[in-house]
Parts: sequence; C-alpha cells; structure tokens
Amino acid sequence: MNLSLRVNGREYAVDVPPMKRLLDVLREDLRLTGTKEGCGEGECGACSVLLDGELVNSCLVPAVQADGAEISTVEGLSEKGALSPLQRSFLKHNAAQCGVCSPGMLVAARWFLDGEGRLPGESAREALAGNICRCTGYAAILDAVSEQEKPARRARRPAKPKPMPKKPARRSTRRAVAARQARKPATARRSVNATSRKSRRSR
Amino acid sequence: MPRPNTKAATPARRTASRTASARFRGAVVGTPVPRREAPDKLLGRTVYVDDVPLPAGGVYVRTIRSRIAHGRVAGVRFGPQVDWSRIAVVTARDIPGRNFVQHILQDQPALADGLVRHREEPILLLAHEDRELLERAVRAVEVDCEPLPAALTIADSRRGDVRIFGDDNVFKHCRIRRGDARAAMEHAAVRVRGRYTTPAQEHAYVENSGVLARFEPDGTLVVQGSMQCPYYVHKAMVPLLGLPAEKVRVVQCETGGGFGGKEDWPSVLAAHAALVARVTGRPAKLVYDREEDMLSTPKRHAGEVEIETGFDEDGRLVAMIVDVAMNGGAYSTMSPVVLSRGALHAGGPYRCENTDIEARAYATNLVPAGAFRGFGAPQTLFAIEAHMDACAAAMEMDPVELRRRNLMDRGATTATGQNLGDDVAARDAFESALELSGWKARRAAAWRRNRAGGQVRRGLGVSVVLHGSGFTGNGERNIASRAAVDTLPDGRLRLLAAAAEIGQGRDTVLSQLVAEELGIEVDDVVSDKPDTFVVPNSGPTVASRTTMIVGGLLREAAAKLRAELEEREGHPLRSRLAFQKAVRGAHARGESPRAEVGYVPPAGVEFDDATYTGSAYGTYAWMATVAEVDVDLVTCETRVTDLWMVPEAGTIVNPVLARGQIEGGALQAVGWALLEDVRLRDGTMWNPRLSDYILPTSADAPRMHVRFLDRPCALGPFGAKGLGELPFDGPAGAIVAAIRDAVDVLVHDLPATPERVSALLSGADVQEVLR
Repeated sequence: MNLSLRVNGREYAVDVPPMKRLLDVLREDLRLTGTKEGCGEGECGACSVLLDGELVNSCLVPAVQADGAEISTVEGLSEKGALSPLQRSFLKHNAAQCGVCSPGMLVAARWFLDGEGRLPGESAREALAGNICRCTGYAAILDAVSEQEKPARRARRPAKPKPMPKKPARRSTRRAVAARQARKPATARRSVNATSRKSRRSR
Repeated sequence: MPRPNTKAATPARRTASRTASARFRGAVVGTPVPRREAPDKLLGRTVYVDDVPLPAGGVYVRTIRSRIAHGRVAGVRFGPQVDWSRIAVVTARDIPGRNFVQHILQDQPALADGLVRHREEPILLLAHEDRELLERAVRAVEVDCEPLPAALTIADSRRGDVRIFGDDNVFKHCRIRRGDARAAMEHAAVRVRGRYTTPAQEHAYVENSGVLARFEPDGTLVVQGSMQCPYYVHKAMVPLLGLPAEKVRVVQCETGGGFGGKEDWPSVLAAHAALVARVTGRPAKLVYDREEDMLSTPKRHAGEVEIETGFDEDGRLVAMIVDVAMNGGAYSTMSPVVLSRGALHAGGPYRCENTDIEARAYATNLVPAGAFRGFGAPQTLFAIEAHMDACAAAMEMDPVELRRRNLMDRGATTATGQNLGDDVAARDAFESALELSGWKARRAAAWRRNRAGGQVRRGLGVSVVLHGSGFTGNGERNIASRAAVDTLPDGRLRLLAAAAEIGQGRDTVLSQLVAEELGIEVDDVVSDKPDTFVVPNSGPTVASRTTMIVGGLLREAAAKLRAELEEREGHPLRSRLAFQKAVRGAHARGESPRAEVGYVPPAGVEFDDATYTGSAYGTYAWMATVAEVDVDLVTCETRVTDLWMVPEAGTIVNPVLARGQIEGGALQAVGWALLEDVRLRDGTMWNPRLSDYILPTSADAPRMHVRFLDRPCALGPFGAKGLGELPFDGPAGAIVAAIRDAVDVLVHDLPATPERVSALLSGADVQEVLR
C-alpha cells in the first residue's frame, strides 16, 4: 500500500505491505537505521519511537497504522546535527556504552522529560523501565536524565501568551493516557514498569 | 596470519613504581575523557552489522537445526510448497576445507555431518535474497533424526552411559593442591560442608549476533561482523575454507555488547556465512533474531561447587577442600579455560595453608556453554562467599568478623603457591566498603525495622572477591600478542591493535594511555575498527586484558615510535607540537613512521600447567561489595536497594568509564542472582525470549555507590589492572548473605527467585517446588 508519513519533520511516501513493521519501514525503506531491533516483541524498547507523540515499540506497529502519522526517531533528536542537551548529558555520564539501546532510550527519555503521557509522580526510573540496557546498570542513564529534568520542567511551564495547540492538549491525566492508549493496539503499547514484566515470569 | 615472533626485540617498559601507593596523576590518564565513539551512537549514526545494507546480489542466510538433543540425522525432506531450484542449500559436504570451527580444540563441526550432539546443532544453511521466500523455505524443511539417549545434566554426564567427548565426557580436569588438606581437616575444630549451584545465564547483549561474508574477485574472503576477537574468526576461517591465511580478511563492525558472548561464537556465524558465500558466489548476510540468538548461542556455564572447610578454635581457616563441576554442553569451546579460571578463584580471597581444589568441565547434550564476563570465577566465588556466610552461621560468628580473621594480607600465598607480595587489597577494600555503606548503623537500623515486624524485611550482606587480570597461567606468554602505532600525514597517531570496542570504552582508554605516554591529546589519536589486514594480533578482547595488556603494548609501541623519531631528529620530542612536527616532517620526506612491539612476560610470572603451581596471574584486582536487600514475606520477592562497591583495579584510567563497567557488571550479577533463569526442556531453552527471560530493568536496578581504591600496580600501563569482569564476581554472594540477614534462610542455589525463597521460608523441598 502507498503510505505517507512524516518522520522527524520530513514527508515520506513509500509503497510497502500494510503489515510490514514500522521498524522495518524506517530502517529499510527510509534508511533510518538509528532505530534498532533488540527483541522484535516489544520487550526491550530498542526500537522506541514517537508515533503522534505516543511512545511505541516500532517493532509492534504495522505500517498501515503509521499512515499519515507524525513519527520521531533518534535521528530527529539532534540539534542541526549536533548533540542536544539531553544527548550531551548522556555523553557526559557515559550513559551509552555499546550504544544499541541508546536510540530507544533517548526517545523514551525525551518523551518522559517532555511530560507527554507521564503518569502523576512517575520517576525516570519507572518511566524508562520499558527500555532494557545490558551495559550500564542504568545508573548513568538515570543521572543523565535527571540532569535534564530541571530544564525540561522549565520548558514544560506554559509560556505567557500560550500558543494555540494544533491538537487538543495532551494532559497527563490518567484518563487522557488511557484514552490515548486505547487508540493504539494493546500489543504496541509499552510496558512501563517492571512489575508487569515480572508477573509474566516463566514457571 | 602468521607473523614472525620477535618478542625479544623490545624490552618491556615497566615504569610504574612497585612501592608507590599514591595514585598516578597524569594529564590524561585519570581524567574522565568522554567516550570517543559515543556522539555517533547517540545521534543514531553508528553502523552496526545489521545496519549495513545487503550488498547488491547478496543473499540472506538461515540455519536449519537439529530438533533433538542427541541422535543421527536419517534424512532431510524438502517440502513441495517451495521451488527449491531458487534456494541455495548448503550442507557439510559443501565445506571445501575441514569441517570444524576452531576454538581451543577442534571438536565442533561447522555443520553436523550425520551426528547431532545438541538440540540447536546446525545441519543445513538456506540462502536467498528474498527474506519472505527464505522463511517459507525454512518452514518447508524437515530433518528426520533417530534419537539416541542424551546426557543433559552433570550427573548424566558423569554416569558415562552416554559418550559425548573422549572416554569420560570430561573436557578438562584440574587439581590445585597446597599443604595437606585432608590431614588438616581431620584436626580442625570446626568443619562445615556446603553445596552451591549457579545457573546458566544468557548474555542478552542488546545487539543480536550477525556477520556479513563475501569473496573479493581475487578470492579473498572478507568477513565483517559483530565480534570481540577478529583473529579468532580469522583462525577459524583458514582451515574451514581451505584458504591461505593471507586470503582471509576479518573486519570488526561496531559491536553492540559482547560480555563474552561474542568471543568464540562469531566464528560459527562467520563459518556459515562464508560457506554460503563460497557456494553461491554472492555476499551473504547472517543476522540472528533474538529467539535464535538465545536458543543457539552459548550461555554461562552452570556450576556445582561442593566445599568443606575446617577452622581452628579462633575461627581461622585451616583446611579447604573444594570440588567444582561445570556443565560445558556439547562442544568444548572455551570450557577448558573457563574451568581453569573457576578453579583458580575457588579459594576466594582467604588465607589457607591446606587447600585441595579439584575441578572438571563435563560434556553434555546441551548447547555449548562459553565465555561470559567472569569466565568461571563468579561460579566459584559465589560458592565460597555463600559458604563463608554459612560457616559464620555454623560458628555463631558475625560474618564480618569471620572475614576479618581470614582475609588475605600483603605477602599472602594463593593455593597455587603464588606469593602476592604487596599486591593485595582484600582487607582495604573490605573495610572501605563497610565504612562507605555505613554498615554498623545501617545493619542496626535494618534489625530495628525487622523487629517491628511488617511484610518487608531488610538485611545486609558483604562479599570480598579477587579477579586475575589477563589470561590464565601461560596464556599471555603463549599467545604472544603484538600491537603497533603508526602515524598520519597530519601528525596524528593511529592505534593498531585487534582489541575491539564492544561498549567497554576501549577506544577511549587506549587513546588515553598513548596520549599520556607521548604528551599529546586524546584527539590526536585515531583508532579504526580492527581489520586483520591492517592490525597485528594483539589477542582477543577478553579476560579483562585490554587496558592492562593491550594498553601496555600500545604504550610501549608509542614510546618506541617516539624514540625512533627522536633519533632521526637528533633532539628530544617532549611536547605535543614537537612530536607532531616530527611526524609531519617524516611524512613530507615520504616516510610513514610506525612502531610495533610484542608481549614480553614480566619476570617471575611463571606457571606450571601440569601441576597448577606458580603465578596463575600477573596481578589480581580486588573488590568488596555490600548489598542491602528488602525481602517481601508475602511475595517472597527480593529487591536490592543499594550496592556499595569498593574495587581496587590499580590506576583508574578513566573514572567515569570505569564506574560504568562496575555498575553495569554489578547489575548483570544482580540479574544472575535474582531474576535470570535459563529454563531447559528437552535439552534446550524454553524461555528464549525477553518476555520470559527476565532481565533487570531500571526499576529493578539498585542505587549503586562506587569508590575506587586508586593505586598503581607494577605491571599495567601507568599502574592499571584489568577491571571489566571484577564487578560480576561480588554481588551474588553479598545478596545471598543479605537475604540470610533479612529472613534467616541461606540460599544455596541461584537464582534466588521468589519461588526458591518461598520454598526455603516454608521449609519445603525446593526441587519439588520448582519442578
């Protein structure tokens, strides 16, 4: 099917099978290989991207669902090709070791810092629990993210003459989150805490 | 490729003072230089093997495997639903050279020829450029096997009715004896016995394994891939393809984590891709998905350790008898050396005059076990640390006090008779970790809290470990590593070593060492991905040897290069500008300065492989770990709240990167101790997915507190020791001790899952509960 999507602010049109994974559309058709595949089943978060502002595992999103959507990937996080403040914090704290979880981790961290879909009182430690890193032990990642919390809070504070949002404001109430998540297939939604993962422990 | 052995040509430079305990202060060494390759990783620009597009005309490769643990291949049926004329099929008969994948031994076929010895044994390779058609073809193949009885456990293997390897199914046996352990045990005032088991563990590097192979028009095989040891792959390709060494070129791609999992196994993937490239004449790409990676690649050896210790009336260790068994799986891979390291660390950091350690690695019909961070030492160190806690309980002594009485001090001698001289930091690390954690006050607070009741009980535990840096025994001497530096016309220096960046910080740390030596800046040093056509063989990227051994060689090579330039220039090159000017001048004259050095074993480091006596390692790194845990009495879940770690790894070249190694290794150990459970059914993993094999997430990670005892050692460059594996050794023992402190049960078998803790708390038969 013919698909049009906007990735990191740029329009793309591709012709792909409707059930092709968004991850493969990004990596193969658009050659945006920053987004990684770690497990292919929505557990590791290496393929995290934002789909219309929602954090999703792109390995679980069929292409058809991305038609007309706005997508952000790691390639869109830089500032004109230079490291953004969040990326600089990651560098400073050694939050990227092997680097394969980093693209997804950065997208998830940006999403958390921007307050999109953040649950009330949710910490970075909880919000990033859907992104597996095998190298760092997470301490450096959490240090890097917390260093950006203050600037992010400042940025989230409504500016004086509030610009009109294009879409209805996405407030982080539980109801808003639930409503947004209902629009996505259940499998694509990211598990956001370790407890839910553990309850599926094999027996 | 074979290189002339000119070891003796360059005398080793050993400049760090043996006696100095003050830390080394350098302009670059000791500073937190940011990870050099990280900006590209953070921008999503780094190219890993799966990011390399399939070359024009290339094919994807899939592997058809055995579906039984042990048996004979009776036949292969190709279903009619696929047009087989379009699919390339490669079997053992297509192998142009000899059918084995060279590891230490040559017992592992690249493709099974008649007999299969484990359930994921590769039998056929299929290749096509259309991945969907290839998947249909994979589903259309059926392998008929006649099953034979299989040995899946160490006990099965010991029984000997199923023969897998040699006469006795033993890949390696070693025995370390000092004094007369049996006689001393007879006279001991207190004797304590215990049996401790540790599970297999999946590496779970986030980047799955993959390689690309192609033949150049001149017949050169080129392999690119995710790997730790380019020269291991090189060594495996030569006999398999029947190619001369100079017709094999191996180039590392950026590698997304290894932890030992990409030490030996890339040779297997490379063998398969290269065979397909050979048969089809087309470039071949082989990248596993997560399930295939978890099912078919090696795991940490499952271990069984029995310990008997004897103490005198004062709680001093007088005798120790240890029996170690490891489950090696169907082929030997790294088992002989994993076992060796396990045995050499089995005595822990304790003084004991009478020790008898015996160890065997057994062949079973499981997927081969292989290298994994720690390399045999975590299994035996967990056992001795858990056992010391059991001994403290048996003697009604504080585990801290028991350790104080038995830890090694300067001048201590190991079970192999190696006198460690001043190079002992067990006690310093131990006391420092207790102080860092606020042990006394915290433990008192935990006890007060527990006395008040409640669902969650808190406890603290401590462990002390050591880890030999570099290869075991004569390994470094035998491999005779070489490394070089050369120069670019713009005055920069280039590192030439086979050591691979796998996320540990090799590019940054090696650049720092060389920059320090020459008084130049880190940005003046460049380092490409190792390519066997370009770099000498500095040995594999394993065994915590990159900083200490390869870094030492590069530093010597840099010094040699400068000496040669100085001789040419006729004056010393003590500044960055002078050095660069000399390099640029040489290039302008049409020269390209380059210097290469070989490893020279330090004097006095000698080991006897036959008797297991002598210096097993040139130096040891030390670490004490304090763990605080909360155990939920209802869910029986254990949560590590904090880890305090005090490592002593010589000079710390880069404090931020070093901390990353400690924290990352420690969390892998927390996973091994509490969560990660390789469950086997019919000889294969039945939870080969990240939804069923539970890895620690950020929500599971404890707060981590790291304090380095930064003291130069005599051997490594600027006093650095190996660091990468050390943090894996300690946490499991400390966590199990903390669980005992919290709820008064001693876990003998990892992982300490809620099921296991629940069974211990209720006094039930653990094996029965877990069945």
